[in-house]
Parts: sequence; C-alpha cells; structure tokens
Amino acid sequence: MTSSAPTTKSAAPELLRELAGVLPAANVLSRPSELLPYECDGLSAYRQRPMVVVLPETVEQVARILAICRRRGLPVVARGAGTGLSGGALPLVEGVLMVLAKFNRILELDPVRRTARVQPGVRNLAISEAAAPHGLYYAPDPSSQIACSIGGNVAENSGGVHCLKYGLTVHNILKLEVVTIDGDRLTLGSNAPDSPGYDMMAAMTGSEGLLGIVVEITVRLLPLPTHTSLVLAAFDDVESAGAAVGGVIAAGIIPAGLEMMDNFAIRATEDFAHCGYPVDAEAILLCEVDGTAEDTREQLQRVAAVMREHGATEVRVARDEAERLLFWKGRKMAFPAMGRISPDYYCIDGTIPRDQLPRVLGKMKEWSAEFGLRVANVFHAGDGNLHPLILYDANQPGELERTEAFAGKILDLCVEVGGTITGEHGVGVEKINQMCTQFASDELEQFHALKEAFDPRGLLNPGKAVPTLQRCAEFGAMHVHRGELPFPELERF
Amino acid sequence: MRDADQSAALRDQVAAAHAAGGSLEICGGGSKRFYGRESDTPGPVLETVGHRGVVHYAPTELVVTARAGTPIREINAVLSENGQQLPFEPPELDGDATVGGTLAAAFSGPARPWCGAVRDHVLGTRVINGRGKLLRFGGEVMKNVAGYDVSRLMVGAMGTLGLVLEASLKVLPKPEREVTLAFHMERSDALVFMNGLGDRPLPLTGAVFHGGIVYLRLAGSAAAVSVAMSELSGEELPSSDAIWRSLREFEHPFFDTKLPVWRIALPALAEPELPGEVLIDWGGGQWWLRSDAPVATIRDPVSALGGHATLFRGGDRGGEVFHPLPPAMAALQERIRRAFDPAGVFNPGRMVAVAG
Repeated sequence: MTSSAPTTKSAAPELLRELAGVLPAANVLSRPSELLPYECDGLSAYRQRPMVVVLPETVEQVARILAICRRRGLPVVARGAGTGLSGGALPLVEGVLMVLAKFNRILELDPVRRTARVQPGVRNLAISEAAAPHGLYYAPDPSSQIACSIGGNVAENSGGVHCLKYGLTVHNILKLEVVTIDGDRLTLGSNAPDSPGYDMMAAMTGSEGLLGIVVEITVRLLPLPTHTSLVLAAFDDVESAGAAVGGVIAAGIIPAGLEMMDNFAIRATEDFAHCGYPVDAEAILLCEVDGTAEDTREQLQRVAAVMREHGATEVRVARDEAERLLFWKGRKMAFPAMGRISPDYYCIDGTIPRDQLPRVLGKMKEWSAEFGLRVANVFHAGDGNLHPLILYDANQPGELERTEAFAGKILDLCVEVGGTITGEHGVGVEKINQMCTQFASDELEQFHALKEAFDPRGLLNPGKAVPTLQRCAEFGAMHVHRGELPFPELERF
Repeated sequence: MRDADQSAALRDQVAAAHAAGGSLEICGGGSKRFYGRESDTPGPVLETVGHRGVVHYAPTELVVTARAGTPIREINAVLSENGQQLPFEPPELDGDATVGGTLAAAFSGPARPWCGAVRDHVLGTRVINGRGKLLRFGGEVMKNVAGYDVSRLMVGAMGTLGLVLEASLKVLPKPEREVTLAFHMERSDALVFMNGLGDRPLPLTGAVFHGGIVYLRLAGSAAAVSVAMSELSGEELPSSDAIWRSLREFEHPFFDTKLPVWRIALPALAEPELPGEVLIDWGGGQWWLRSDAPVATIRDPVSALGGHATLFRGGDRGGEVFHPLPPAMAALQERIRRAFDPAGVFNPGRMVAVAG
C-alpha cells in the first residue's frame, strides 16, 4: 500500500534534554532517519513518524519517562516487536513511542512449578524454546510467534492455532507487573490460582496499551503433549466442510487445532508450498489432535469417521511427523502465498458462530463478484475466527478503497450474525470505525469510563481501540447516507 | 418457575435507585448470602431469580447463554442431555445457585486447576451498570478482542460493578470415563506428588488432600484414563463422584463446623503453618482452613508465600472478609468501581467497606 506523506513534528529540545537525563543518549531517538523504522507496525498501510522514540531498559526508566510525559501532557504509545496487525502501535505525531524491545530477558523459569517470569520484549516462541528442555511449553502460538513479543500478546490477548483447546493469552498468564501513567507500580494477578479484588488480569489483557505499561509477565507452562496427529480431509463443497467441523465437536472431541481453507487458498498455497493438498477440493480441513498415544489414536479414528460421515472425498492421516509438518506448512504459508499471486492483500480478522459459516462465505462470494476483487479464505474453524484475504493492487486507482469497502461489509456481517469485528488482531486504528457497529454509545461510554479509572488524562495510546462518540456519530451518519465506505475526511490510506 | 425476561423491569429499578441516590442488594437464589461482607447500608433487595431461562444453547458451538436467575442445576441438566458440561464445575447449592451468583462470587469447583475457573469460560455478558444502562460485552464466540474484557471483569466482583443480566458460557464435552484413586501419604509429600502430576499430560481433573490421603480424579477418554490408572496405581474408590460432589457443594464433613471457614489461595508447593485443621484442594492451590484464630495469624503467613486468605464463612462479616489490597491497587479498584457505578447503587460494602 502507498502512504501519503505523514506529518511530522520535532521534539522540543527541553523534552530531549529531560529524556536524556533518564536514558543513555543512544536510547533516545529523534533524528528522522532513526525514527523511520518505527513509523508503522505490522499494518504498514498506516504510517506516522513519532516525535521521539525511547528505549528504556529498566522499570525505573519506564516510570520516569511516564512521569515526564504526564507532566508535559504527552501521549505515550507502547510498542513491542511491532508485529501487530491493527496499527495498535502506530505512533502519534506529537507523542512518545516507548519501545520495550530491550526488555528481552527471561527472568526466571521454574520447571517445578511450571511458570516463567519474563520481560515484555521476550519473543513468544523464545519462551517455549527455553521451556522445551523441561518438557514444557507456552501454549498460545500466534502465527507470528517467531517474532511477536509476549508484551504485545498481552496487549492484544493473542490466540493462535491451538486456542480452542488451550485458550488465549488471558487463560495462560498468571501475573503482570504494570506501571501506570500515575507512576504506580502494580502487581496484577498472582502465582496463586486467583487474587483478591477485581479480576485485573481480565481488564489489562487485550487492553491494547490503553491502561498501563506491562513491564513483566508470569506465564503458565504446560507439559508438551507426547503425541500429536493430523487429519487432512477434502470436501466437494464448503457447507459439508463446515458441517464436519460441527460434527467433530458434536462427537465430543476438542481438537488441538481445526483449520479450514477454501479452494482459492488451497490452490495458491499448493503452488507455493507444494504440500500435497488436493487442488480440486472446494475446501479442506486440517484437524490436529494431541494427548497420550492411546488417546490420540482413538481421537484420530473418530475424527476420520466424522469426516467421512460428512461426505469427505478424501481423508488422509499424516503418516509421520514430517508429513504432519508438511500439511501444516501449507496453512502457515497461506499469507505469503497470496503475496506471490497478488501485488497486495488485505487480511480480515472477524469471528462468527461456526454455524453461520456457509452464509458468510456465500455472501463473500457474492460481494467478491460485485467488487471485482478476489478473496481467499483461511479460517480457524475450531473457534470461528475468519481470515478472508482480499487480493488487490494498490497501484490500480480506487482498488484499495474498494477493498476497504468490501472488508467493512464483511466485518459488519460478522457482527450481524452474532460475531465480532476482531478475533485476535485487535482494534487498533484499523477497526476503530467498526467498533461503532459492534457497540452502542452507552457501551463505548463505559469503556471510556474504565479507561479513565486507569488513565484520567487519556495519555496512553489515545485514539486507538475505542472510538469517541463523536467519531461514531460521524461514521454512523456517513454509513447511513451512503451505505458504504470510504470517508474522505478520515485518514485511510 | 417459568422462564421470563425481566431485563426492562430490572433496568427500571436500577435507574430509579440511581436517580433517587439509593442502593440495592442484588439477590438471586440466595445460596451465597453467607459469602462476602455484610452490607454497610443494606438497601432494598433487587431480585433476579425471576429473570431466568436458557436463551440460546448450541451444542456444536460449545456455548450456552442463560439469564442471571437460571439455576446452575437447570443448566447442568440441559447440557447433560447433550453430553456436555460446565468445565469449571460450579456448585448447585441445593438447586439455589444461579448463573448470576456464580459469576458474582466466582465459585469454581475441584476441576478448576485443570479445566479453568468461571472467568475462563465467560464469553460474553449483558449487564446493567450503576447508571441503569443496559450494556452488552463480548458475545458467544471464543475469540473476541473488541473492546475491554468487561465480561470477565464482572466475575468475582460480587455485583459491585453491575447487575449481570445474562451470560454466555463456554461448555465442553463430558468425559467418557471418570475414576477416583486414593493414595496414602504425609502432607508435604502430598504437595510434591500433586504438583508433580502436572509434568506430563495426564487426564487429571481433581487432586485433593485430607486426612492423610490424596484423592485424584482422572477423567477423559476411556483409553487415556485406563493408561493413567495403570501408570499411577493407587486404590480405586467404588464411587468416583461422591468426594468431588461433597467438595463442590461444601457438603464434605470438613465444612460441617461452627468455626469460621477460610479459603486460602496459594502458589504451587507453598506450605504455610496455619492455626487449625486444613483440607487441601486444587492440587495444593486452594486450602480450606477451620479456625477462629486472629486474622493476622492466618493472613501473614499466607501473604508471605504470595497467597491470599478469604474469610469464606462465619467470623466477623463486617471486617475485611477479602484479603486487603495494597493502597495503590485499592485506590485503582475503587476508581474502577465508580466507573461502573458512580453513585454506589450496587451492594455497597459487600466487597470492601464503603470509604468515608
């Protein structure tokens, strides 16, 4: 995507002097060339150069930076690895970008109690790697786990392929150390099963950096499953595949992972990854089961039977670990595969009740023709999380706008069928308008009131995640009158 | 009692109380009146028990949505017909426990360490806040990160953040087979044994120590349970369900006492010296204590180990029933409470004493 030239504002010399009093000179970035790498996160369509980037290394430094920002009334945006897909870490023109990448140490790994105490900049996968020698792992595995940071996972309440069985970030973290904008250092949660008072872990997880700066996380580790197996089933139509997903659940099986791909996604990934997918199938399901040897064997047979009952034209059980990984490879390569066949693609992240899948896919097909844009579907079928990928070419005039209009319609449909505008990528700046579709003004006011309890001056990541009522009023008015996006007065690149 | 949607009437009552500067005591089936602080300024009762019924249940979506006054027993029956259950195993309390009260008090049963707590299964709620506004958060889908997680925040809030009207809960299949094994050992060994069971993927859903015996519940596929049984040995109990039921419903002989009962949450392997008889559940994470010893002799050793102690039943109900919070945290939580209920309509003092 292309971007209009972002506005910039230079940091005042007094601010830089103050920050230099807190941090080593190398950890305060203010020259345009230094700021450039931080102007976007994983959602590169939105770019904005911050006034200044700070890279604190200690909790004390975080607290002192926040004190400076508070005194000066400067907004602060926290950033981890910058892999977020909703622009949650998009800098603000007159703001400070606090990069927590230097908080990259695993402070303690307790194999006996099966916990790890880590800093927010630690990569998700690094925790599982450190735990592996003890036969343990950290369960949530977002597809960006090789790069994404655990602090970002907390901010977004990240999921992953295995969350139907093993839960989201909120189910797998025990304790957070947080610095508030007022400079208080708080411990949320505990190593015990629960804590007195309100469930502060629930409030903080998924709050997209609007409530406090997380400086330490204690995660729960699980024993590695001894056996893992994968079934690949092919179907002649998407409806049967959808019904088979319900059939697996109805049979009393909770798969470790259950993924669906439609024909377009199958073809594109097969061309790219050569993983042996049946390219004539309208849909494939990948169903993973794990547990003990006996348990896995039994589940596998039942899954295969359910697939056949629901009209699978082909059921393949991965013969060995190599084939299992090969089957997964295609699914994991779905995004890059799209990048190969289209100059640009736009990834959507809605969740729907699973039984609405045929209706939603049918609508998407219809709109695909209407908008003249191809759409591929990869789908966390187990938990209803859709990732339609709209293929477009940003160099074709109007194509991005059509893509965004198409995406907006899909998200509105997700809400209409009882789902949500974001399953795991967060709202950030990307879906701020869709929040007005999902929530009524009383609900948004409640969100703002909660935010105010933590951050009365609204300095932490302002403008993200929860829209102002005014913004929704403008969006709603436009929405009703025109029936579709885009809105020229809003910044949408 | 018939299913009924009383949302509008309940909202009107809250709005009226808010407008008049009054307060309300939320009450469902009344099964947990013993729990929490006695109200400082008891207001009129806001009855939720008539607002009841399963609104939506889709077995293959693994979710049930029910109104606040719906008895847990009724939910269990509906789920059971479809071979499913509430994984967090809440007490039914003679059929009086309701969905709303279960969320408010956050009571999870013996399966909690392995299957998750109440909060882990809450997908969405409809809520009336202290301003009398009807709000909806979350929904019926497993993955949903739009907006703050207000639904989970309601769990354990003792009704002080709002009246939960309706909750959507994640459900799971019932295990195919369930057995209970007994092992004789000393307390310290029991703690190490129970903690160590988490090192490998066993189909474990209960681990309790009392009277020199560890009881383990294995539940899952028949194949997995029988393999685990032969691996662990231990003595199989003739009735698997009895002990877990008695723990879940607080009907175990341990709870048959005139002494105050404390609930103590602790990190793995912590072993405080406590002034009274204990029963250790949740594989070591939840200790029950019968004691009328001074509060400090209970809370101090527990705090030192990173745990917290709740005066669960009996004792001084006007005191700090819940473990006191550090000042900055207490101040933040009070601001959160006011964000939902600025005029203090709901259950004033039920959780912490009303300030000033």
